[in-house]
Amino acid sequence: MSILSLTAVQLGQKIKEKKISVREAVEASQEQIEKLDSTLHCYVTTDAKKALEQAGHIQKKIDEGTLTGPLAGVPVALKDNLCTEGMLTTCSSDILGNFVPTYTAEAVRNLERQGAVILGKTNMDEFAMGSTTETSAYGITRNPWNTDHVPGGSSGGSCAAVAAGECFYALGSDTGGSIRQPSSFCGVTGIKPTYGTVSRYGLIAYGSSLDQIGPVGKDVADCAAILEAIASYDKKDSTSVKRESYDFTSALVDDVKGMKIGIPRDYLGEGLDPEVKSAVLSAAKTLEEKGACVEEFDLSLVEYAIPAYYVIASAEASSNLSRFDGVKYGYRTKEYDGLHSMYKKSRSEGFGPEVKRRIMLGSFVLSSGYYDAYYLKALRTKALIKQAFDKAFQKYDLILGPVAPTTAPKLGKSLADPLKMYLGDIYTISVNLAGLPGMSVPCGTDSKGLPIGLQLIGDCFQEKKIIRAAYAFEQTRSYEGPNLDRVKGGEEA
Amino acid sequence: MSRQYETVIGLEVHVELATKTKIFCACSTEFGSAPNTHTCPVCTGMPGSLPVLNKQVVEYAMAVGLATNCKINQYCKFDRKNYFYPDNPQNYQISQLYLPICHDGGIEIETSSGKKVIGIHEIHMEEDAGKLIHDEWEDCSLVDYNRSGVPLIEIVSEPDMRSAEEVTAYLDKLRLIIQYLGASDCKLQEGSMRADVNLSVREAGSGQLGTRTEMKNLNSFKAIGRAIEGERARQIELLEEGKAVVQETRRWDDNKEYSYAMRSKEDAQDYRYFPDPDLVPVMISDEWIQKVKERQPELRTEKLLRYRKEFDIPQYDAEIITASKKLADIFEEATAVCGKPKKVSNWLMVETLRLLKENDMEPEDIRFSPENLAKLVLLTEAGTINSTVAKEVFEEVFARDIDPEAYVEERGLKTVNDEGALRETIAGVIADNPQSVSDYKSGKEKAIGFLVGQTMKAMKGKANPSAVNKILKELLQ
Repeated sequence: MSILSLTAVQLGQKIKEKKISVREAVEASQEQIEKLDSTLHCYVTTDAKKALEQAGHIQKKIDEGTLTGPLAGVPVALKDNLCTEGMLTTCSSDILGNFVPTYTAEAVRNLERQGAVILGKTNMDEFAMGSTTETSAYGITRNPWNTDHVPGGSSGGSCAAVAAGECFYALGSDTGGSIRQPSSFCGVTGIKPTYGTVSRYGLIAYGSSLDQIGPVGKDVADCAAILEAIASYDKKDSTSVKRESYDFTSALVDDVKGMKIGIPRDYLGEGLDPEVKSAVLSAAKTLEEKGACVEEFDLSLVEYAIPAYYVIASAEASSNLSRFDGVKYGYRTKEYDGLHSMYKKSRSEGFGPEVKRRIMLGSFVLSSGYYDAYYLKALRTKALIKQAFDKAFQKYDLILGPVAPTTAPKLGKSLADPLKMYLGDIYTISVNLAGLPGMSVPCGTDSKGLPIGLQLIGDCFQEKKIIRAAYAFEQTRSYEGPNLDRVKGGEEA
Repeated sequence: MSRQYETVIGLEVHVELATKTKIFCACSTEFGSAPNTHTCPVCTGMPGSLPVLNKQVVEYAMAVGLATNCKINQYCKFDRKNYFYPDNPQNYQISQLYLPICHDGGIEIETSSGKKVIGIHEIHMEEDAGKLIHDEWEDCSLVDYNRSGVPLIEIVSEPDMRSAEEVTAYLDKLRLIIQYLGASDCKLQEGSMRADVNLSVREAGSGQLGTRTEMKNLNSFKAIGRAIEGERARQIELLEEGKAVVQETRRWDDNKEYSYAMRSKEDAQDYRYFPDPDLVPVMISDEWIQKVKERQPELRTEKLLRYRKEFDIPQYDAEIITASKKLADIFEEATAVCGKPKKVSNWLMVETLRLLKENDMEPEDIRFSPENLAKLVLLTEAGTINSTVAKEVFEEVFARDIDPEAYVEERGLKTVNDEGALRETIAGVIADNPQSVSDYKSGKEKAIGFLVGQTMKAMKGKANPSAVNKILKELLQ
């Protein structure tokens, strides 16, 4: 049995049992990167030497018995918007092309305390703005299931790397679906936790009130263990929440008897690919057969989520990204005449078109005279959407639906029509607006062989219910990975 | 000028708070350190860094609000003010627009025309920016972020003031309150208190406000007074010529005594304010307000009442002393040591104020310790030194905070109380000045002053003048 077929938790167990060394695990990942990444391009930065050094230190601590966690020694990939001390952190943007932070994101520090070995930083849509990883300044990432297709986004590099065995697990970030949608497209499992569960300190902000860091793994057990490792109350993040419990793995129980699950009719209507619909409904049926009560209901307001999201996220982004000005760090234009010319040229040359589009949109909705009509109205919409969910959770333990309307689109088809691309976020976005936890679990493939994701949404702080249902569902099917021989075979288009 | 004009003035006062650490990070607020030594990822706007509110800032803001009769917003929020400038590392300033911490207060001022309440529209908390240094030699600009994130409150008055005198009285009162609270040292020259003046003129009796201008760069009370006079005259001249006042921001040049337009309303920036999503709303409980109220130190009015009860000093002295927190502190501490309130008060009222004026200093700049003043009082009271010597010693106390006891000892300044030696000297003076002696004897009382002076001179100032007087009179009988 190859090391690469193990899940993160399985590998952690073997390392603990001394059946596999940390170095062997790191080398296995690195060989896979060597073999596939020239085609897939999951990573923007790797540091093989540092990872091997780190493997040595961690092995020693495991041998001494000071590192005993389930993920000790397991190699991880980090989305490139997570700050890593001494390692390039670019957000896949030219404007941060030379940025090496002097500090590490709290979530990553939590992983390091658990003995994680960092393989490198994964590709993403520039500043997490996009749904395909095609807006990266450093080139596209390909979907390991079919290299003509996108991996989704914005955490496309992280999800593709997990699917392709270029790491054992990864961290992503989710502002409007950026963990769940690429997890769905790449056939892996990902959780967007309740807002405030994972510290945002060191996560380069896109939409601060919506951003959450979360795990990407091969299965539900991995995700639960990773979430347990990264979640913490952090005084450095004012929006961090002190939760009653940070235990998630005890929810890995194959039992959904009596669980009430609602399927919003609004999630099954126009625009939903019939194959996706059928896979999702079949998953619901499976849960019903295992004893859950499943019924359809009207969630309402779903069509308002996308405009509200793009107003709020862009508004926050326009302000969050103003610090990238060529003054203190990052890219500065070569020739300029005075301060304003330096600002204008540095930012015009440093940001890509999708980022500029959202900065302009965000600046517009915050402008005097438009603030009430757009920003304030979007905030009210956000509050109403939260109320609609609150109402639903009075009746249901979980909400079930598709992650995305379709499976992964072909490369180059999405950016031409941004409005259509934005509509692809319809099922994921309201979860961020309401601050809820959501998860993507593989539930089949379409006729083209592309994976389909099932989305489970819980009330605030109810990750354990999600994990339990996802785990129970997962027990009914075996893990399916992509046929990587086809990647190697080189469909380099 | 045929028409009568009324000046309408409102102030925006920025005050740097005396917290040890910055408003959103743990960096020191210490002034005058090497550039960029009090900085971290938060106050230099590094990506991924997040602000965490310093609770002490909220308490100081609340304390100032309560002392100026404001209402407290028990649910207040921070907003981002977006604008690009290199001293502003995030290119937005975290401030409060929509829900400031304090609102609708006011303080009473007293001027030559009587008492009056100046309304306070609001007080909000915000962060200071860094400092740009333009290097002419290298043709480049450098930025120091030590001040970036130092906490400020901005106190916005209602347009209730009508003259420079009222503005000065308002600022004086405000400064005193804040100093008493210990919330800031409020030094205009060092920038820990900054005032922007909003001014308009209108024909007397008009119910409508004229177009206003905002004046910046006012770093002394005198400059504020001159700027108000200058801007009032400029606006009236425009109106008299039938021209309109343009709503704009102007920069006062105190050397040229003229203001220059910086930017007009048309090119005013759109700051795109919105609630800062990185900070949670500040919830202020009744208990918290109560706690701040209880901890509120004695303010000037209460102090005046107490002085009247506790110390036997004239009301006028008490008013002068309590007009500065620093003087009041010195007074109380020195009195506690020597137990002579009237003497301490005299030193403060006469010599201290004289030296402050001569050196162009504010009471806050006083460096001597109350203990040394107390020692000086005790030395004088015990007759160890006479008042002339005492004044000389005080100048040293004021300038270098010397220990009066050691100083008097080292320099041999003690009053000579040896009556034998004194009589001998006086006998000599009488013998040397027959003219004065006969003047005195013929009824010219004043002549004795000359003889006392000659004796003091001969004693190198170390004699007790009343003893000299007494012996002189005795010997001349």
